Parts: sequence; C-alpha cells; structure tokens
Amino acid sequence: MRQISKQFPGVRALRDVDFSIREGEIVCLLGENGAGKSTLMKILTGVYKQDCGTIYYRGQELVLNNPKDAYERGINIIFQEFNLCPNLSAMENLFLGNENRTKRGLFSYTKTRKRAQQLFEMLDIDIDCDAKVSQLNVARQQMVEIAKALAYDTKLLIMDEPTSALTDKEITTLLAIMRTLKRRGVAIIFISHKLEEVLQISDRIVVLRDGENCGDVETAQATKNHLVSLMVGRAVTNGSAKRTTIPSQETLLEAEGICGGRIQDASFSIKKGEILGFAGLVGSGRSALARLIIGAEKRSAGTITLNGSSVVIRHPKDSIAAGIAYLPDDRKNMGLVLPMTVRENTTMCIHEKIRRLLGIISSKEEHLVVNRYIDELDIRVYSSEQKVSTLSGGNQQKIVIAKSLAVTPKLLILCEPTRGIDVGAKAEVHNIIFQLADQGISIIVISSELQEIFNLSDRIIVMHEGVITANLPRHEATQEVVMRAAIGTAS
Amino acid sequence: MLPGNPEGLSMAIETEVGVPIEKRRPLRVRETLVGVLKMRESAIFLALLGIMIVITIVAPNFATSGNIYRVSRQISFVAIASLGVFTVILTGGIDLSLGSIIGISGVISGLCMEAGVHYLLSIGIGLVTGCLVGAINGLLVSYVGITPFIVTLGMLSMARGSIWIITKGWPVENIDERILVLSQGDILGIPVPVIIMLFISIIVHFVMRSTVFGRRVYAIGGNEEATRLSGIDVKKIKCIVYAISGLMAAITGIMLVARFNSAQTSSGDGWELDAIAAAVIGGASLQGGAGSVIGVLIGAAIMGVIRNGLVLMKISAYWQTAIMGLIIVLAAVIDRIKNR
Repeated sequence: MRQISKQFPGVRALRDVDFSIREGEIVCLLGENGAGKSTLMKILTGVYKQDCGTIYYRGQELVLNNPKDAYERGINIIFQEFNLCPNLSAMENLFLGNENRTKRGLFSYTKTRKRAQQLFEMLDIDIDCDAKVSQLNVARQQMVEIAKALAYDTKLLIMDEPTSALTDKEITTLLAIMRTLKRRGVAIIFISHKLEEVLQISDRIVVLRDGENCGDVETAQATKNHLVSLMVGRAVTNGSAKRTTIPSQETLLEAEGICGGRIQDASFSIKKGEILGFAGLVGSGRSALARLIIGAEKRSAGTITLNGSSVVIRHPKDSIAAGIAYLPDDRKNMGLVLPMTVRENTTMCIHEKIRRLLGIISSKEEHLVVNRYIDELDIRVYSSEQKVSTLSGGNQQKIVIAKSLAVTPKLLILCEPTRGIDVGAKAEVHNIIFQLADQGISIIVISSELQEIFNLSDRIIVMHEGVITANLPRHEATQEVVMRAAIGTAS
Repeated sequence: MLPGNPEGLSMAIETEVGVPIEKRRPLRVRETLVGVLKMRESAIFLALLGIMIVITIVAPNFATSGNIYRVSRQISFVAIASLGVFTVILTGGIDLSLGSIIGISGVISGLCMEAGVHYLLSIGIGLVTGCLVGAINGLLVSYVGITPFIVTLGMLSMARGSIWIITKGWPVENIDERILVLSQGDILGIPVPVIIMLFISIIVHFVMRSTVFGRRVYAIGGNEEATRLSGIDVKKIKCIVYAISGLMAAITGIMLVARFNSAQTSSGDGWELDAIAAAVIGGASLQGGAGSVIGVLIGAAIMGVIRNGLVLMKISAYWQTAIMGLIIVLAAVIDRIKNR
C-alpha cells in the first residue's frame, strides 16, 4: 500500500501511509485507539475506498470496490466480533456462502465433513465438525473463523485483536496456529495491544499515530519502551481552552468495590467540580463501569455514596433522581430518540418537572427549557420541532448534553463526548465541560482519545480489562505512564 | 437558577460554520399548509374519499342514509379495539389476544347480568376483566421478558378456551335490556357507538399528544434503550399499554353484547387482525414510535367502507377476505415505498 490517505468528515483518518507485507510474514500493526489501524485495514479489505494512494498486490495494482473483491483475491479479515451463525454447526459455518453440493445440487454433508476435517487437521486443531458454534468456547469459535478464512484459499489474513478475549493458554495455541499458517506462506497482519505477544510472534512492527506511519521496525530490534514512545509520540498539542479553576476539596461521590459483568472491584471518588478522566483502550470496561454506577446494568457488589450518604441505584431513574446524569457513547442508539423532535428529546429526563395536573405536559414550561438550552449551548436548529435525526453529529451531541443538563445534575458522566463530531464542535463541547465544572458540577469524562483526557482532566483513572490500574493526578500523568497502565504493563 | 446556565457560554465559542443559520424561524402559514398535505393522515384520508366515490358510482345504494348509519356503527366497534392495540403498537409490541378479550369480557358481563347483578356493575366487571387479561399480557411481556407475539398468541387461545369452558359453548341470552342503547340507540340521528368511539378517540388522542405518559409511549417505540437511560420506567409503561388494549377490547366486547342482545361465544373471533390492520393502514409503524389516532380512525373507516362496498357490489364472500388481505399488504407496500 503506498501513500494511502483517507478523509472522513472533519477528521483526517490516514495521511500518506505506506505499508507492505511479504508472503509468509507476520506484521503487527500497533497504535492507539483512533490512530487509523482499522481504517487502513478496512481499505485493504474493500470496506472503504481510499481518497488517494494505490494498493499493489503481487506486483499488480489492486482496485477493491467491495469486500467481495478482497476475499476473492485471498485477502480475508477476522474481526473482534465473530461473523459466525451460532445456530449452525462448525462445518456448516466453514463453507457458508460457498457450500459443497452433491451432483443433484443438494447440501453434501459428506464432502463438507471431509473438507472441514482437512482444514482442522492442517491447522492442527481438534474441533468436532458437528458441534454447534454456540456450544464452542470463544477460543474455538475463533479457530473456526480462521479455518473459515482458509476455506477461501486466503493469502493474506488480517486479525483484528484476536487475543483480547482469550486466556493465556488459548493465546499460546493461537500463536502456534499463526506459525503454522506462516509456514504455509500465508501473510498475516496482526492487530494487538498486548506488547508481549506482539514481540513474540511478529517479524516486523508498524506503528501508526494520528493516521501516519511513524515507525516500521524489525521485531528483533524493538523494545517495549521504544514502541510505547512511538505510539504516543512526544509532541503534546493543545487544541482547546485551558482549565484554570481548581476543584474544591469536598468529595461528591464515592464508589466502592463496584463489581458486575467484566468489572472487578472498582473503587474511586470524585470531588465537587472536578473533572475526572477515564482512560483506557476500547473494551477496557470504562463505559461498563459507568453503566453499573447509573444502574443501567445490574451490580453484583459495591456501594455508592453521594454527599456522604449512601444511595440505592437500581435503575437509571434512581440515578437521575440522585442527580447523576449519563451521556452514552452511542448517541444514536442510546442517547436520542431519532424520530422525535429536538423539544421532545431535550425534556426526556425531566417529565416530572414539566408535568401538571393529570400528567399533562406544560408546553409553555417545556418550550422555556428547550429554548434556554438551544441558546446556551448554541445548538443550531431551525425550530425546536425539528426531528433530531436531521441534525449534524455535533448538534445531536449538544442535544444529548442539553438533555442531561436539564436534570440539574451534580455529577455528569460523559462517554466519548466528542466521538464522530467535527473539530469546531469538539472545541465547543470541551468549553462547555470546563464551564460546567467551574459551576461546581463534577464531571467524569470517558474517552478513548488520550489527548482529550489530558486536555480536560484534573485527575486521570486508567482501566485495563475491567480493573482500575492507575489513578493519577494530572501533573503526575504522562502519556507514557497512562499508556502503560492501559495496556496492562504498568511497572 | 439551574446549573448548566453559564453566562456567555455560547458567545465564547467560535465555530467553523461559514453561513449563519437562521435559528428557530417561525413556521409560516404556507409551510404549515404544505406540512398538513404532506402528513400521512391526509394521504390516507384522500384514499378513503377516493374509495367512497368509487363505491358510490358502482353501488348507488352505498350513499343512502340507512347504509351510512350501519357502516359507521360497524366501523366504531373495530375502531375502538384498534385504538387499544394502537397504543401497544406504538411501543413496538403487538396484541393478538384482543379478539378473545372482546369475547371473554362480553361473556363475563353477560353472565353477571344473567345472575341478576345490576347492569352497570356487570359492565364494570366486564371492563375489569378485559383490563386484567391485558395486564397479564403486559406483565409477561415486561417483567418476564417474553416476546409480545408469543404472549398474546397464547392468551388468544387461553381466553377463547376459557369462554368455552365457562359457557360450555352456549351463548348467554338473558341480557339486561337497559344496555341495548349502547349499540342500538342513537342521539340526534347519530348511532351511540359512533359517539362512544369519538369520545374515546378524543381521550386517547389527548393522552398520547399532551401527557407525559403519551410522550413516553412514543419514546419507547422510537428508541427503547435511550428511553430507559433517560430514567423512564419502560417496563411499567409497556405493562400499562397492554392493559389499555385489554380495556378497549372489553368496551368493544360489551358493545357487541348490546348489539346482538346476547353474549356470543364466538364474539370478537378474528377481530385482532382487523384492528391491527386498521392501525397499520392508518400509518402506525409496527416498529413502534409512529402513528396517530386520526390515522387509526381513517384506517378503520377504509376497512369498514371497503367491506361494506364489497357486499353492496354483490361480490362473493369468498373474494371479500382475499381482497381485504390484499388491501393490508398494499398499504404496507405503499408505506415502504414512501419511506425509502
């Protein structure tokens, strides 16, 4: 791949990236969240089209219009989430869309079983062909995925964080399979955040940062420290306004021993007017923790103390009543009711405040609230009767913010508050966050963008695989320290 | 003063939007008119008018006052049941059991009257029965988490079966004559069922448009997870809409007892399909979140008028069912094309 660039509305995802891989080579792609790894791989598999740059494949220029073009040429990707039909057997999944037929055109169980066994033997794995995929554990499902890719005669296999859900022993098996594939001449691009295994398996490591290729090192010459510094870079750029106020010393909320789902024994506290940043990789459990705190998910243990007295939160309605507002990371699926209007969305959480006799909504009061936030947050709409589905990402995000401000929160939990919105709107959102903190509202910011966490936070908590691995005041936190804690190699 | 009201918050911020966008422009009269014409309801209302004109031309006895009287009365029964299931459809659910609830409420209040219970109390017991059966649907859907289709399909059989068990298949004949006015009377030449339907429609319209409850029902259909995260008790609301559907079915059931002067065991059989079809033809989305009371009424009217027209045009009963089915599918197809 030469000089690949890709621009999304408001973001430059990739800038003149060069990337190459030889037959039978394992190249690891490293980089922070949002560094452009996925975008690059999506271009290579025909999901996106590059704005400029060319892909050469076996010496020839390669034009990919859709994912089908890619896998017909032997380029295959295994995503973090598997694309298997859990209700079908392992062997049926292997040849989905590529079924073995008998002469009469019926599904041939004999042929399918024979070819499936060959594939599993080649990979040296032991899986019952007739077992339903839903009955296999995650590691085995993944092996089925790999075998499925090979059923298409794959020359280049891309694996997107294949080890994130596996145990150590399973990882060892996976790495062994990768070596088997390598011997057969399959080239593998391996995306992972776990530096140990990267150093163990790869021949070469490519580091992406802010959409640029900023390092291409032979694994033999690479060290962990060197890689981490390549990933975070040295230059710290400051985009938005600076924080000037110092938060008060009074503790607002204390969460202790929160458990549930993947979250294990998480404890932290936040002071009044403090901005607390939660850093970590995607899937490290930051938003899962937030959902446990607001009662959107069931807690198995843990207590929450607000202003010195313990509160019971079992449902999001309890958290709103307690003054904790939550902005979900997925604006469209969890934050907004898209077919409803700006007005209706803004007042979603405050029905109790605007209701009159018999539950009738006071439209005067409602308009007052809506117009106030449209002005204050500078939301650009034609009318408060506009459907939110017609607004831009930035304005939609402001509606979600308005909605949670309307409950006059003491604590605001923001999940990825600037994801998918343009640079201008992002700066506006940052300014809003500062101003709210200045008024004494405590704010938790969960962001996968390290820079954003650094710009906003007074204190930074880092999570790794459901566990809090660091809790640092802003002045002690360096990108390197945070990154180490995030990938679980804190020393 | 509420927090989140920082002074000058909006002024300090510069954005890269080049053209200033006019904020909250008041809607002009012409735009409002265009808006009204673009509304789903106007389109189906025009369709209703068109159908009526065609039927009048083919079968001149359609537009006689006697026929209009009968058709409007017939439409009212379906429309009331349809308004109930409409609230369920708004949340993205479905109620297949309403036909059986129509039957069981009628039979229970009929049996009460037969046993000598005061007629008003008997009606009350019938309504409570419908409400309770609906609430059971709601509890199973919300708190046990079974899909609405299965719950109400099961209830369809359970309620109908109960009718047969209770009555051993015999209709209840000794009905208090004072209730007959509900379906057979008229006020100023307007059939009482039509008046009841209009009264209920106004209430449902008001509740859906102007109250917190109605807002929440639409919100659940639009995005259930976002609604839950907004601190709204989604389960409770869902439970209530099934109870409403049961109540509306019970009202229809009791009116049918008054219509036929007896509680028939087969009363309401298959009505769930007509009621759901009326809502869908009227523009309610089965995904939830979209639809209006006016649409449901027009939908019920379209169904009733076509059914009546087919009879007047002397089209064989064998054809009628097929044609009604065709119209439902056609309405869904047109809706799909319009939304693409």
